[in-house]
Amino acid sequence: MARALRWILVVAGALVMVFPFAWAVVTSLTPEGALFGTPPDLTPDDADLGAYARLLEALPFWRILLNSAWIGLVSTLLQLVTSAMAAYAFARLPFPGRGAVFAVYLATLMVPMQVLVVPLFIEMRAVDLVDTYFAVLAPGIASAFGVFLLRQAVAQVPRELDEAAVLDGAGHVRVFVSIVLPLIRPALATFAIFGFMASWNAYLWPLVIIRSPEFMTLPLGLASLHGQFTTEWNVVMAGSVISVVPILVLYVLAQKHVIASVAQSGLK
Amino acid sequence: MSAPPDTVAPVRRAGSERPGRPRRSRSARLRYAGIVAFFLLPSAIPLALFTLVPMAGSLWVSLHEWDLITPMTWAGLGNYAELLADPATRAAFLHTVAFIAGYLPLVYAGGLGLAVLLNRAMPARDLFRAVYFLPVITSWVVVALMWKWLLNPRSGVVNWLLGVFGIEGPGWWTDPAWAMPSVILASAWKDLGFVMVIMLAGLQAIPREYLDAARVDGAGALARFRYVTLPLLSPSTFFVIVISLINGFQVFDQVHVMTGGGPGGATQVVVEQVYDLTFRYGRAGDASALSWLLFAVVLVVTLAQVRAQRRWVTYG
Repeated sequence: MARALRWILVVAGALVMVFPFAWAVVTSLTPEGALFGTPPDLTPDDADLGAYARLLEALPFWRILLNSAWIGLVSTLLQLVTSAMAAYAFARLPFPGRGAVFAVYLATLMVPMQVLVVPLFIEMRAVDLVDTYFAVLAPGIASAFGVFLLRQAVAQVPRELDEAAVLDGAGHVRVFVSIVLPLIRPALATFAIFGFMASWNAYLWPLVIIRSPEFMTLPLGLASLHGQFTTEWNVVMAGSVISVVPILVLYVLAQKHVIASVAQSGLK
Repeated sequence: MSAPPDTVAPVRRAGSERPGRPRRSRSARLRYAGIVAFFLLPSAIPLALFTLVPMAGSLWVSLHEWDLITPMTWAGLGNYAELLADPATRAAFLHTVAFIAGYLPLVYAGGLGLAVLLNRAMPARDLFRAVYFLPVITSWVVVALMWKWLLNPRSGVVNWLLGVFGIEGPGWWTDPAWAMPSVILASAWKDLGFVMVIMLAGLQAIPREYLDAARVDGAGALARFRYVTLPLLSPSTFFVIVISLINGFQVFDQVHVMTGGGPGGATQVVVEQVYDLTFRYGRAGDASALSWLLFAVVLVVTLAQVRAQRRWVTYG
């Protein structure tokens, strides 16, 4: 009995989670005239792809999708490289004032994007970089969070391993690339997932810095779509559906690891 | 946001001079400094340019009147004093707190409930876990748009469904009284899976023996949950509360998309106010000052949490 109840609750909850996505797909296939019927048309016989066609007319949507993808990939890669290198320095290269420098890194971690948005916008305007790819990417080149996360991982690599390599005549770059990096792969993967999700979903900074449709990322494109087609929900939902599909595919492939990474973050 | 790491100082190992710390010639020292710079600068330069400089700039701007166009004029702490006296500031903080007050209990209770349900073996458990996590990976903008459509007062599915049960649905985001609940609903829906995963990890870290021992001592299911599970879950609860408070105070994306702070300012949260001050009213000085006020509040609340954790968080 309790078992059945548990099962019913779990299934009902799952339906609540899936329904909005399913409804977005249904809406995106509904012709405009049928949008505002009551009750809503759950199985439109006259389903068509008109909303998708209108979406592609209204915005350079494939380009926006591509923008999000490559900005996400590049910023994730840059953050991985810059953070791992700094992590190595903080864990393995003692130098005077290292603690203080690390404290500054941690301090930047605590300052939220919304404090930075205004001055960062002004800074970009001063060097005439408003509405460029570089401006969207700039805050995503380095990540104090990544340095913090990866430093823990590097510190856990047994020191004997790199000491042995140093005795064999390997320099720090060699030790870093061929000993430390392979050993912190799980932490790198975790950070890559967080980094990519953060970039893919970022809204506030792109909203402030980007004007032209051709430089927009997905969240921005979708929001502007909503401003443009206030009542054409089928077009807005078509954009939402297209934007969810790539991340969904990635998620299905890496699902176990994504969830494990998040679970890990709470155990510390 | 746990305690700051105190392991920054290099670990001294008894009796061995550390490799990689040459104390020999001058050129060797220079070479070592070069290596340190090589590893550090790729992150230090961008962080300095795109975080430290803006931080300093933001403080500087907050001490001025500035419309982003004409030269700025010194205002000292005038912006802060003005903001503290401005009823709009109080309203923005009140709306933000109202958001948190609705969102946090909902997402915590829901996430914990799901975690408990999914903690026992059941068919397709991993599938359910993945499904509940789906909204977490979806962007706020998409979530906000989907819910704005679901909660459409005239032709949204939710009101239609309520109508089936004879309930007349509210105006949701078009009604000042229901706009905030709409935002809260969408936000809790998105983050439920996140909290569930954190709590599930916490549940699975509880040693079976504790629960078995309590059972042997005659504790019922409810007593076991109340006196064994919940206390041992307190580190996970602490994590969820700290993160949710930080994110809650900074709530923006879903508000901006669903209501834009409206209707009639009913959902004008602090970050929305920062955004409007800058880009609608050209009051960059006030906007910067407000963002620092918010930062100060988040910092104080977080530190208070960290202090208070000693009293209620059990590290098993």
